[in-house]
Amino acid sequence: MPAVRASELQVVGRRIPKLDAPEKVTGQIAYADDLRMSGLLEGAILRSPHPHARILSIDVSDAERLPGVRAVIHAGNVQQGCFGYGNDNVPLKGDKVRFIGDEVAAVAAVDEEVAKRALELIRVEYEVLPAVFDPFEALEDSSPSIHDELPDVDGNVSMRWDFDHGDVDAVADRAAAIVEGRYSAPQAAPAPIETHVVIASFSPSGHLTVWSPVHMVFMYRKALADVLGLDWRKITVIQPPVGGSFGGKIDIDTHDFIAVMLARHARRPVRLVMSREEEFIGTRTRQPIHFTLRTGADADGNLLFRDAEVVSDNGAYNAWGSHAMLVAMNTITSMYRVPNSRIRCAVVYTNKNYGGSVRGFGNPQATFAVEQQMEELADALGMDPMDLRLRNANQSGDVTPQGMEITSCGLSQCLDIVREQSGWDRRRGKMRDRHRGLGAAAFIHVGGGARIYGSDGCGAIVKVDESGQVTLISGSSELGQGSETALAMIVAEEMGVPIESVHVVNSNTDIKPWDVGVHASRTTFVAGNAARMAAAAARDKILEAAADLLDARAGDLRIREGVVEVAGEPDRQIEFGRAVRRRLLREEGSVVMATAFYDPPTHHQDKDYRGNISAAYGFGAHVAEVEVDPGTGMVRLLNLWTAHDVGRAINPMSCEGQIEGGAAMGVGLALSEELVMFDGQIAAPNFHDYGLPTAVDVPRTVVNLVETIDPLGPFGAKGVGEGGIIPPPAAIANAIADATGVRPREYPMRPWKVKHWIDSGERSHVVAGKEASEHG
Amino acid sequence: MRVALEINGDDYARDVEPDLTLLSFLRDVLGLTGTKWGCLTGDCGACTVLVDGKPVVSCLQLACQAQGREVTTVEGLETPGGLDEVQAAFVSNGATQCGFCTPGMVMSVEALLRTNPSPNEAEIREALAGNLCRCTGYSKIVDAVLQAAAERRSAVGSPAADVS
Repeated sequence: MPAVRASELQVVGRRIPKLDAPEKVTGQIAYADDLRMSGLLEGAILRSPHPHARILSIDVSDAERLPGVRAVIHAGNVQQGCFGYGNDNVPLKGDKVRFIGDEVAAVAAVDEEVAKRALELIRVEYEVLPAVFDPFEALEDSSPSIHDELPDVDGNVSMRWDFDHGDVDAVADRAAAIVEGRYSAPQAAPAPIETHVVIASFSPSGHLTVWSPVHMVFMYRKALADVLGLDWRKITVIQPPVGGSFGGKIDIDTHDFIAVMLARHARRPVRLVMSREEEFIGTRTRQPIHFTLRTGADADGNLLFRDAEVVSDNGAYNAWGSHAMLVAMNTITSMYRVPNSRIRCAVVYTNKNYGGSVRGFGNPQATFAVEQQMEELADALGMDPMDLRLRNANQSGDVTPQGMEITSCGLSQCLDIVREQSGWDRRRGKMRDRHRGLGAAAFIHVGGGARIYGSDGCGAIVKVDESGQVTLISGSSELGQGSETALAMIVAEEMGVPIESVHVVNSNTDIKPWDVGVHASRTTFVAGNAARMAAAAARDKILEAAADLLDARAGDLRIREGVVEVAGEPDRQIEFGRAVRRRLLREEGSVVMATAFYDPPTHHQDKDYRGNISAAYGFGAHVAEVEVDPGTGMVRLLNLWTAHDVGRAINPMSCEGQIEGGAAMGVGLALSEELVMFDGQIAAPNFHDYGLPTAVDVPRTVVNLVETIDPLGPFGAKGVGEGGIIPPPAAIANAIADATGVRPREYPMRPWKVKHWIDSGERSHVVAGKEASEHG
Repeated sequence: MRVALEINGDDYARDVEPDLTLLSFLRDVLGLTGTKWGCLTGDCGACTVLVDGKPVVSCLQLACQAQGREVTTVEGLETPGGLDEVQAAFVSNGATQCGFCTPGMVMSVEALLRTNPSPNEAEIREALAGNLCRCTGYSKIVDAVLQAAAERRSAVGSPAADVS
């Protein structure tokens, strides 16, 4: 579709409050746990207390006899298949448990108290096996094998992600500076305030309805059918409003299967509600990834290569967390122009709760390594880090070594903005006497879909009824991020109607058309294009009817504020709904409804990890300012300046909200969030200890929206959902280095770690002319 | 045991178990599901309600402790004209995303504004430190509180206060 000038836009670009906000501020909106249902049973899950053990026997007879218990299920009495990438998981474990929290049995009872008492009556005999928690130990031959039942798994390596481009060794010989180091990211949690809740109910005729706040809903339905042997034509999935996900609720989780199996056994609707503790120990996390990275440049500051050995510690099962490396790889090969790169990555099983697809999906981890080395390298070369970045910045028209085609690209502009606003040139490197420092980091992330599945598409239906009300039925889902409002704005803009007259329906698989789901910052781009196409087709039908009524040519008509008028003759006009009625209320009438399907021009990566995986890429840059207490290692984040290339801000207020909220999560990763674990046991699975940032921990983030008007995005928009979380760990690490001269090696950068680095004099490792030196 | 109390201006009396929390009383006994829960350990603030005007996490308060008291939940905030100033400011400032923390957050703001009609940004952040929000990064919530405070002051005709 042709580019549209901002001055021509009526709705797009305005700060429109989220359509669901009034229902949310009044508490009216009903989340999954707010639904009330007749005959509902409460479910509960028995979880493994051992990180690695063989199950010798399960005795549920006492639990079954407890009054009020309606079903007790375990691997021995249910029909279930494998799930997860590589089919390495089953809902209820029959042979082995592989982490503390692994699901062994479940009950459904008349209330929560009876359900919990029944769990205590289930007797499981285990043979405890040696366990492994450190991914590097898991790679050793002597390590216990976690998935010895899987023939294709080599040792504990579930996947390898190896990539080669150019000749790293050859260019390394002529590098003026090479920096090298190990950078580690911890296990963290998406930690939405709403825990996972699922309700499953079979009708007397065998139709299954599931209420679950999931956001890849069509694949969720298929997984239910495949794993539990159900007919997927007889499954309806309803998505209640999501009380936060951040990827934690993206796809099917073990308890979803368990709820359905319980409902099947009990012949009653069953609800499973994760407690906060279960949410931490039993649902998907952000995988720890360890990068041993080398970056080299010539004397002028042209990047020559990146060379990475990566170990991704995804825990006991793959889920989709094994694929976080797909995104991490993009950053290693394609953040800035890097002519040569080599990656050797192993995704490793350990006896820990496992990684999923959490916001940013491998990118905060990779950026922590890549962007620290940009500043280390600049220091080694005697260059300003911003100059080094700008010299190597991706530009429109680039094709990266992985075949990523860069179209709209505001990276240099974003760097310029945060450089200026933070006073970088005046202040960086000049505040160490006050223990203050500035650090920067940029990001690249998919922003126009991501072809990981067969389809990268989304369907849309636009219906205009006889009152003139417009309904968008979108395949995509609202997670709270504001996509529903953005899509309504796109439809309103395209049709020329006020935003108030657009309703959005998007939460029932019986009604809405296919969508891959909400992931990869794709909804505004992919679902937005689909909505725009359907809206344009519906508008044309209305114009056709209006032309008839106004005795004019359709091409001479325009729609403004829901009124169709002849261009230049404002007297000749009719209200929108009248044109609909003209088509409908007559013999051989018809309704105004249009469908569209948008599948972006993206490609699967080939076996060598090359292919234009997204139709657009988002960029951005952050600068953090910190103050470090050298006595305690305490880091205070004073300022965070951000600039994000969003293509076009459909709703600037929502874009800011995504960036501010994402940045706060990134600040949490950087400074406080970690699932601290001892021998596979999460030490404190609660909000008190986890380290979620509070209102006093996050400074007011400065947000700049850079509009590059993407050629394929709806009205030029690109994805914005994940970018904010990516740079903060790296930017804050760089700021700590500027303030103290020491080089952070892992996050969260808690006081005792920073103190340790200060005391031990942790420095950048610089290799120049093959001679090692340390740089302050 | 019998508990009698006032909720959102209406009198209620029910027989309850002694260990029933105020949260469960509101949600499960009375069906007032506007009050959310996120942890049941008093750490997230999603279940914040006002008891005699003071914010409490209802997951750590027993229903019987509210005997004879006045409880205000998010359902009790709306005015005849619609949303109250705090709710309206949350909407117009983009201060709610997933919305799950919002009822508790709004109640903490109501409590703050009753004791401090002119809070500055630091005071607002301090007052909301017991309410976790995972979506917004808090800036737009702070903006909403500043706006709501200003509107409430002008509505009661008090002089413009310092919002720095």
